[in-house]
Amino acid sequence: MPVARVVVDVMLKPEILDPQGQAVQRALPRLGFDGISDVRQGKRFELEVDGPVDDAALARIRQLAETFLANTVIEDFAVKVES
Amino acid sequence: MTARIGVVTFPGTLDDRDTQRAVRVAGAEAVPLWHRDKDLKQVDAVVLPGGFSYGDYLRAGAISRFSPVMESVIGQARDGMPVLGICNGFQVLTEAHLLPGAMLRNTDLHFVCRDQRLRVETSGTAWTADYAAGQEISIPLKNIDGRYTADEHVLDELEAEGRVVFRYATGGPAADGYGNPNGSLRDIAGITNAAGNVVGLMPHPEHAVEALTGTGRTDGLGFFTSVLKKLVSA
Repeated sequence: MPVARVVVDVMLKPEILDPQGQAVQRALPRLGFDGISDVRQGKRFELEVDGPVDDAALARIRQLAETFLANTVIEDFAVKVES
Repeated sequence: MTARIGVVTFPGTLDDRDTQRAVRVAGAEAVPLWHRDKDLKQVDAVVLPGGFSYGDYLRAGAISRFSPVMESVIGQARDGMPVLGICNGFQVLTEAHLLPGAMLRNTDLHFVCRDQRLRVETSGTAWTADYAAGQEISIPLKNIDGRYTADEHVLDELEAEGRVVFRYATGGPAADGYGNPNGSLRDIAGITNAAGNVVGLMPHPEHAVEALTGTGRTDGLGFFTSVLKKLVSA
């Protein structure tokens, strides 16, 4: 059975304070990486899907992302198919 | 008749036994509830205790919100049954949308464990009738995902409707448990739903119900005696 990969990226909404990203950003000059003014940390989910990723399958994955993988009170998400 | 208060155990729950004990100390019967079981065993109220349900692996409370027991808890909470969510239980209540907002990693990224001073903002809930508005209590706090967040509109609505139940008390040294420990917006430590039967808070009243253990204070006992009075008068 063909297997396709669908990626769901979840990021804190821009207005939500991200102290983890800030901690990473503060470490950068110490490591010699200059010129990076902001870092935000997110989550990436890779879903291996059995069968074709048609519109119906994508709609189900969007629903999964909206109800479970992301908390839309604080997070945005994006769904994309990897070929 | 003795009131029956259910205490849910999820995988990773830590404080179910302390919560059962607090229920008994207050004079009610503690009924253990298993997360895989939809049956609430005809309890009169439910407590979702603290811990790290499902290891907090996705987000705190996110996976347990879909446990079978929660289907029954959500339904009965909407019908008015008193529900208290403590720490992880509060996180589960926000994930279940029984309470608005969400919980995020503490601003300083540290796990905080200390006795915490709270100001009681309202006694008008099922779980706070035995406190007085403006009263300060001290109960233990232990969390890493305790930063309460909601958008400005929701925060304004909570304030306008008197649904901020507890705030972290300021005005003293942090060493004495004063101040906001996790960056919660507007110093919010606990909130209620519009009907006042569902309450969530980050600190742990169940660890402060007996003078001989925990903090040596019994400031947390009022939660459990409050709901008993509510159930008796219902």
